[in-house]
Order: sequence, then structure tokens, then C-alpha cells
Amino acid sequence: MSRSTTRFDTKKVNSELVTLTYGALVAQIIKDLENTDDVSKQLERLGYNMGIRLIEDFLAKTGTGRCLDLKDTADKIQTAFRMYLGVQPNVANWSAAGDEFSFVLDSNPLTDLVELPEDLKGLKYCNIICGVIRGALEMVQLDVQSWIVQDQLKRGSKH
Amino acid sequence: MADESLFDFLHSEIVNYNLECNEIKNKDTKDEDLSTLEYIGFSTGYRIIERLTKEMPRFKDELDTMKFICTDFWSAVYKKQIDNLRTNHQGVYVLQDNGFRFLTKLSSGRQYLEAAPRYVAFTCGVIRGSLANLNINCLVTAEVQNMPSCKFHIQVQRN
Repeated sequence: MSRSTTRFDTKKVNSELVTLTYGALVAQIIKDLENTDDVSKQLERLGYNMGIRLIEDFLAKTGTGRCLDLKDTADKIQTAFRMYLGVQPNVANWSAAGDEFSFVLDSNPLTDLVELPEDLKGLKYCNIICGVIRGALEMVQLDVQSWIVQDQLKRGSKH
Repeated sequence: MADESLFDFLHSEIVNYNLECNEIKNKDTKDEDLSTLEYIGFSTGYRIIERLTKEMPRFKDELDTMKFICTDFWSAVYKKQIDNLRTNHQGVYVLQDNGFRFLTKLSSGRQYLEAAPRYVAFTCGVIRGSLANLNINCLVTAEVQNMPSCKFHIQVQRN
């Protein structure tokens, strides 16, 4: 293998590459499907497929063990966010029964450089993240639902 | 900042999505339509190159641009440089990568050789898009004879 030297900040380039590729993919899906709800659903499905594989990568890299409760799980997902997206979400809004909570992302690399046009305001652009969480947790025997409460592209972002 | 493996996951989902669409659209034909995959790559390349080169001096000529693609650009995106660049000085360039990022994870035998075009189509688009934004109109095709090495043929259109 030849030398891998570059004058660019590889991490930054990689991050932008993910953002731009994802943007191009969303644009393509919007072209393919007419209904914005269908687009959001399709994005969630793609995320689910990614989650199924991503959990394996996560377990291999971190070597973490079994979670004791959902608080533990929330912690691990937080770690995963930091590992894969490089952002640290805050865990908030625990329900009284302790079976529901939100992640609050202050910044989201997926939506860097993104602006939604007026007619696509109904699109859940980051729905792929919900899918990833669902897919990944399903592979560790946790059946969860994940949805977007607020969106930065429409102000504020929560899962 | 997104992690590197995320791009791999995203890429395989894009390939997967494209295959699903193909199955719905052209059930009867056996030929795979990789044009959407290529187009997603094109839009990505078109945008990423603009962000990479914004603070660089103008390239001397076509060959200089190609050299940039083979070294800096390739290492930033594909983690290694192109192993061999050949040209006939009349607008045909052949870029050879002996360990192409998206093919190294597949078996190096002949078993999946038929599936290889799916994994290089996106990159053909990325090259075409990048060069298009640098004012070089071209056709890019790929050729995989032995996994995981890959040859990209670039044919510059001069008119």
C-alpha cells in the first residue's frame, strides 16, 4: 500500500463526506417517492439496516457488556453518538416509569450545510438516526420505538 | 465529526436501496441500472470538491488536476493514494487502486466479482462530479478484474 499522506484534515473530510452523501441520498429518495411521509419511513428503514450492522461494530470497538437497565442503555447510546457522530447528546425527559427518555442533540453533523425548502417541511430529515437506534437495540434484544420530537431544521432536536 | 465506519455503512445502504428500487422498476430485465447510484456519487463529488479546493491555488493543467485526485483527494476519501496513474496525453487517464476501500471487505476470490460494479458505481460518480466542478467534463468507467483492485478509466470530453 502506498503512503497515505494528505494535506486535508481527514476526519473533517470524512464527516463532510457523510453529510453530503446522506444529503444526495435523501434528495434521490425524494425524487423516487412522492409522499414526504414515505420518504421519512424509507429513511428510517435504511437506518434500521445500518443499525443492525453498526451494533456489531460498536460492541467490537468498545467491548461493553450487558446493560442492567435502561439508564445504562441510555449511557451506552450516548457513547455511540460520540463515537459515530462526534456529538454528545444530553439525556433528558425521563418518564416516571423509567421506560422513556429523550436525547437532546445540540449540534448534528447530518444537518450541517442542510436547509429544507418550504414544501418539504414535513420531512423528518434525520429519521435515519431513529432507525439506527431501533436496529441496533433490536440486535441486543431490546425492542424500542424511536421518533423525533423536535428538529433543528424546524428548530430544536430531540429523539 | 462522523466516524469512518459510518461512511461504509451508509455506502452499503445506498447500494442496497438502489438494488431494491431496481427490483421494483425493472423486474423483467436482468441488467442492473446503476445510474442513480452513479448520480448520487456525482452530486456528492460535485459538492465535496468545492469544499476541499476552496483555499487552493488554481491547478496548472489537466494532468495536475488528475494528480491531485490521485493523491490528496484519494487519501482523504479512500484512505490511500491511487497506486498507478497512466495517461495517453490525449484525454484518457487510467487510475489503478490495488486495494479499493469498498472492495477490500469482500472476498478476494471470484465469487462476488459479478457484484463488484455495484460497489464502484458510486465512486465513478464521485470522480465525474469532482472533475465536472473543476471544469473537466468526462466519462468515467470502472473495471474490476481481480478483487480488491480496481481501475477507473477517465475519458475527457473536449468540446
